[in-house]
Amino acid sequence: MFIYTVKRFALAGLILIVAVTAMFLMIRAVPGDPVSIMLGPRATPELKASLIAQMALDQPIWKQLLIYYGGLLRGDLGIDVFSGRSVVEIVFQQLPYTLEMITLSVVWSATLGIALGAYAAANPNTMIDRIAAAVSVSFVAAPAFVVALLALLIFAVQLQWFPAIGAGEGFWGRLNHLVLPSFAIGLSWVGYIARLVRASMLEVLGEGHIRTARAFGISERRIIMSYALRIAILPVFTVIGVGMGFLLSSAVFTEIVFARPGIGKLVIDSITTRNYPVVMGTVLVSTGLFVLSTAIADLLNALLDPRARSAK
Amino acid sequence: MSDTLLEIDNLSVDYETERGDLKALRDISFDVQKGEIVGIVGESGCGKSTLISSILRLTAPNTRFRQGEVRFKGDDILTKTERQMRDLRGSDISIVFQDPMQTHNPVLTIGRQLVDIQHRSKATKAQKLDIAAKMLAAVGIPDPQARLKQHPHEFSGGMRQRIAIAMALMSEPDLLIADEPTTALDATLEVQIIERLKDLQSEMNCAILFISHHLGVIAELCDRVVVMYAGAVVESGDVREIFHDPKHPYTRRLIECDPGHIKTRARILPTIPGEVPDLANLPDGCIFRDRCEQATDRCHQVPALEKLKEGHFAACWLNHHEEAAT
Ligand SMILES: Nc1ncnc2c1ncn2[C@@H]1O[C@H](COP(=O)(O)OP(=O)(O)OP(=O)(O)O)[C@@H](O)[C@H]1O
Ligand SMILES: [Mg+2]
Repeated sequence: MFIYTVKRFALAGLILIVAVTAMFLMIRAVPGDPVSIMLGPRATPELKASLIAQMALDQPIWKQLLIYYGGLLRGDLGIDVFSGRSVVEIVFQQLPYTLEMITLSVVWSATLGIALGAYAAANPNTMIDRIAAAVSVSFVAAPAFVVALLALLIFAVQLQWFPAIGAGEGFWGRLNHLVLPSFAIGLSWVGYIARLVRASMLEVLGEGHIRTARAFGISERRIIMSYALRIAILPVFTVIGVGMGFLLSSAVFTEIVFARPGIGKLVIDSITTRNYPVVMGTVLVSTGLFVLSTAIADLLNALLDPRARSAK
Repeated sequence: MSDTLLEIDNLSVDYETERGDLKALRDISFDVQKGEIVGIVGESGCGKSTLISSILRLTAPNTRFRQGEVRFKGDDILTKTERQMRDLRGSDISIVFQDPMQTHNPVLTIGRQLVDIQHRSKATKAQKLDIAAKMLAAVGIPDPQARLKQHPHEFSGGMRQRIAIAMALMSEPDLLIADEPTTALDATLEVQIIERLKDLQSEMNCAILFISHHLGVIAELCDRVVVMYAGAVVESGDVREIFHDPKHPYTRRLIECDPGHIKTRARILPTIPGEVPDLANLPDGCIFRDRCEQATDRCHQVPALEKLKEGHFAACWLNHHEEAAT
């Protein structure tokens, strides 16, 4: 298990290097001269030249990349050209807002989805199973930004149950501000996870070892809860781990709709102002988040499934 | 109080399929006395597993019980509630399923599974673990204490089969059903397990319903044998009687293909020329007719399972000489 963990993280590191390099090259390929945009039309040639030198834009591209990696190793992602603050500081200031929103979305939607899916699989083709299926399908079809807009209009503007914008202060204030955004992001996942768990649960319930458990008179409740569910939820971790990219893109829309701070809002703002160091820093952190979450999903799978553990 | 433990009366079971009803069991009748060891033999697909899963009512969802009764200690199992069935399973009747690789839960330790099946006992967890270790030792698994902490995939097929046997014996059932419990074992181990089952049987005086396609094992272990062909019983009776004087051509062919000595391996099913009829589309008359060298015109009618002498039944027109003469 230890060796597997080390290997898995080595792989994650490798993926990250490839992703960062690709992103770096892509940003440089975007048309437009970043220095003129940053400094505005009235910049003097000297000022321009000094900024170009400072950002190493006069160097060949491979050297720029090396300089960037050099900084990365020292934990330095460059300087925000407008405020002069370090990019690391800016990104890590915004990151918690996005993380708490995504975590809450995943927790509530996975809990509800697993419960619905397991219940539907334990009572297949009953009324409740059919209702759950119908609700699941309609939830899956609802993209986060549409739900976010509707939720904003109904629950914040019309009913005024929850605040419409911002991130709030203090524990309860922040939680209150998280309700609508995480509802918007999580809703489509409820149906998705419910369908996934229902299918894998039905498959597990048809397996030989479940018949053995029944042949020894173990109660159906115990069979579902501790014999079948442990196997049936394994794909959920993988799906959430891989779905982190999707979650992050939902976060971008949701942060804009609810005017919440966070890295989604940060990336949009910095792209429109051609604030390259911040764009790169944000992309790097979210790519890291994605790579990390898939690695954690794999490790969780290995931890919960002894077969996978020894196969690796 | 009668000595009959299990009686199966005219049991017919279908599987609903896209091609129509597959008649997996037709008019099965036989019984098992207390403390008796009964063997069931027959080619692959003749319905042996269907029969034993019907006894515990642990059948596939597309199973339909069409007629007949399965009585255990006099009560019809097919009309019991699910709750009553659960009380029976793993206490009065226990079972060793056919495929040892599928028998255990892959994510729980063997120890946990062996403790869980003792859910009716009031012993502490430590005591239950102790019992579990003793049972593993009894079926010949070395270092049982350490083995309890392992997961199923860390055991070989033969070991898993022995664990399954240990689980089934744990509650000292009145009836032990074992579906080819020795197929994954090598010859020496097979002999050991058979010996162990015999010991246990005389110790606890439980009845055993033992399925095998290895006639040698049946001859060694069983008191009586039921020969099945394409979902029906074609012959049944005392083991010695059937081996020395088989009354159905199918039984004869089986014995010719596998003379049956426990030390010789017969992993491969005995092969008899011809094909088993399609159970979803059964031919008229005797089901064995197409493959039978002795078939006559009479075989266009279905022969009933007739009592030839005390405890020997066969379903073949050849045993009806006096009628054949007329
Ligand atoms: N759930 C099912 N649905 C449809 N047909 C089935 C089902 N289960 C078994 N069958 C069919 O029923 C027949 C009897 O199967 P069964 O498993 O009882 O045979 P068996 O004698 O145990 O064979 P083997 O020696 O290979 O284990 C076979 O033709 C099989 O293909
Ligand atoms: Mg079988």
